[in-house]
Amino acid sequence: MKIVDIGINHKTAPVEIREQIAIDTERASRIFAFFKKTELIRELFLLSTCNRVEVIFTTDSFDLSKNAIVSLMCKTGKIPESDFLPLTYTLQNMDAVRHIFRVASGLDSMVVGEPQILGQIKQAYLTSVQHRATGVILNRLLHRTFHVAKRVRSETGISESAVSISYAAVQLAKKIFHTLEDKKILLIGAGEMAELTARHLMANGVKSLSVANRTFDRAIDIARQFGGEAVSMEEIGYQLESGVDIVISSTASPDYVITKDKVRSCIRRRRNRPLFLIDIAVPRDIDPGVNDISNVYVYDIDDLKGVVRFNMAHRQQEAVKAERIVSEEIIRFEKWLKTLDIIPTIVSLKQKAENIIQTELKRSRHALHDLTPEQRASVETLVHSVSEKILNDPFLFLKRQAGRPGITNCIDFTKKLFNLDNEDNGET
Amino acid sequence: MSFILFQTALLCEILASGGFIVYIIKQKKWMFRVSHWLLFSGFMFHTVFLIYRFWTLGTAPVLDMRSALSFFSWCVIAVYMAFYLKFRMMVLGSFVAPFAAFMLLISSSIPAKAIPVRPVFKSMWLTIHVFSVFIGIGLFTIACLVSIMYLIQEYHIKKKKYGSFYFSRLPSLATLDEINYCALIYGFPFLTIGIISGCIYAQCAFGTYWQWDPKEVLSLITWLLYAVLLHERLTVGWQGRKAAIMSILCFLVIMISFAGTGLFLGGYHSFSSMNTGRMPK
Repeated sequence: MKIVDIGINHKTAPVEIREQIAIDTERASRIFAFFKKTELIRELFLLSTCNRVEVIFTTDSFDLSKNAIVSLMCKTGKIPESDFLPLTYTLQNMDAVRHIFRVASGLDSMVVGEPQILGQIKQAYLTSVQHRATGVILNRLLHRTFHVAKRVRSETGISESAVSISYAAVQLAKKIFHTLEDKKILLIGAGEMAELTARHLMANGVKSLSVANRTFDRAIDIARQFGGEAVSMEEIGYQLESGVDIVISSTASPDYVITKDKVRSCIRRRRNRPLFLIDIAVPRDIDPGVNDISNVYVYDIDDLKGVVRFNMAHRQQEAVKAERIVSEEIIRFEKWLKTLDIIPTIVSLKQKAENIIQTELKRSRHALHDLTPEQRASVETLVHSVSEKILNDPFLFLKRQAGRPGITNCIDFTKKLFNLDNEDNGET
Repeated sequence: MSFILFQTALLCEILASGGFIVYIIKQKKWMFRVSHWLLFSGFMFHTVFLIYRFWTLGTAPVLDMRSALSFFSWCVIAVYMAFYLKFRMMVLGSFVAPFAAFMLLISSSIPAKAIPVRPVFKSMWLTIHVFSVFIGIGLFTIACLVSIMYLIQEYHIKKKKYGSFYFSRLPSLATLDEINYCALIYGFPFLTIGIISGCIYAQCAFGTYWQWDPKEVLSLITWLLYAVLLHERLTVGWQGRKAAIMSILCFLVIMISFAGTGLFLGGYHSFSSMNTGRMPK
């Protein structure tokens, strides 16, 4: 029995192919329908996101089932097999386990440590469960996967720091203001990056926003999108005095929109409250000298890029720790997988003991006839516990041997010793 | 018995300081919990020790440098414990515990002398004076330590050193400033009560409210400086960097008046005069 993972991801295939091959609900039902008919595949799990498609299954006949899955994917994706096959990777057993652990932990993601993938895997698992496609092995595998991802998230800083410019701005704002709940933003000019930053700040608690723009109509437009108020460019000074805490500037102006004198003159009116200025424009809108004023902090686009670069490097470092956690968990999973080999032997041994007990009790029915029901019950308990005690050590021995090279011999020997292969159990 | 109590407290606090330093480097939560409990148990031992000393002496145990430093260390930890309950700022311990343990260590290195407690020291006003002044100083110590943290963090944000050791470990500027303000607003009344009760005590014991003793003068200067800081904060909204620098300066003046006059400058507040009895009148 093998665990197999066939997949494509952002590293192996371009986005057009990934789009073509992506498994939507309708395609998923077709694949699950095939799964129900076929004897080749025992358990099946499908994962499809914008960056990857993974098919994980367990099978006894690797080649046949691989071909079946690939041709099915190509058929649903309407793509010739010869084009598709070179873009895929096929992983077996512990390599497949490592892969799904890494994927869930965000180690295989385009942006290392991104958190959405875990939710997507959980959703995909739910779908597989609904189609009754998972069994002992994949259930265990997926639950371990969630566990690994959680461990990685809590024990490493892999998804801690901001790796986009807008999130870096939010993080800095929190380092200055602690909470953004009662803060006010002033958005000067417009632009995708500036609006994204404002949106992230608002998602983190900022409630009040005003927009200044060279063309007032545009300011009204943007203000409406954010539920804020529009102000004219001449009002910027007043805004700074009256209580704006965070300024995001991205105008096309060739000169400084906010000069050192302008900020200095309003500090007293602001009662020295801290001011965080984010300058996304090139050429810059805010005089870098403003940063020298006490309680005023200026970050321009290069500074923010520096934060992102640093955080990226930090994530890479944390990824090393995460890989170690993944390796640890693989060993655990492998151990569990190997105990699966001994389970049939243990079950039949237990069965045999039970059969003997039942037969012998039946045989002694006459002798036990005079006992009260309570006494009879305690005789049964006694017999059961004697048999459990005797079998306990052989079970422990088998469990300890699980996964070691000699396990097959041990199993064979146990079967011979207890005569497990002859199914006339206990009648001797 | 008091010796064992004191040594246990000292040991706990030194261990806690080590733990807190490991905590700020490694950022492991359990490390903080262990250190916090160590500090707390050290604090409890210290408390029992001080109560014991108070009963045996019949007055606040601050009559020589050794016991004054020990009591000072206790006050700093007491304030830290209270602030931890309010602000839950874990990293503060990494600054406070080493400071307090260091004070206690110095205290333990000064040889103990049996001091004759003269009846003039057994006064309720003196006890009030000592307690409120020391609690006030404890609060100002915290204000000074968070100000140092503020300046470090502010420097890193201003200079854009986001990758540094402190940037991720120290809390936000707003939090640090808030703690500074809180310590100031509670510390100032304590200092005020301390000075007033001191005057009343002087009147009862020596028949004069004020005699321009070096410590009295320095305390008055300290009080005025803190009054200015508080006033500026409340009226023109002084905060952040300026307030932090001012808090540190004020604390330095306190330290000068505490150590300097206690040891070198003389006057009736100095420890030597307390022991030899060169008191006014």
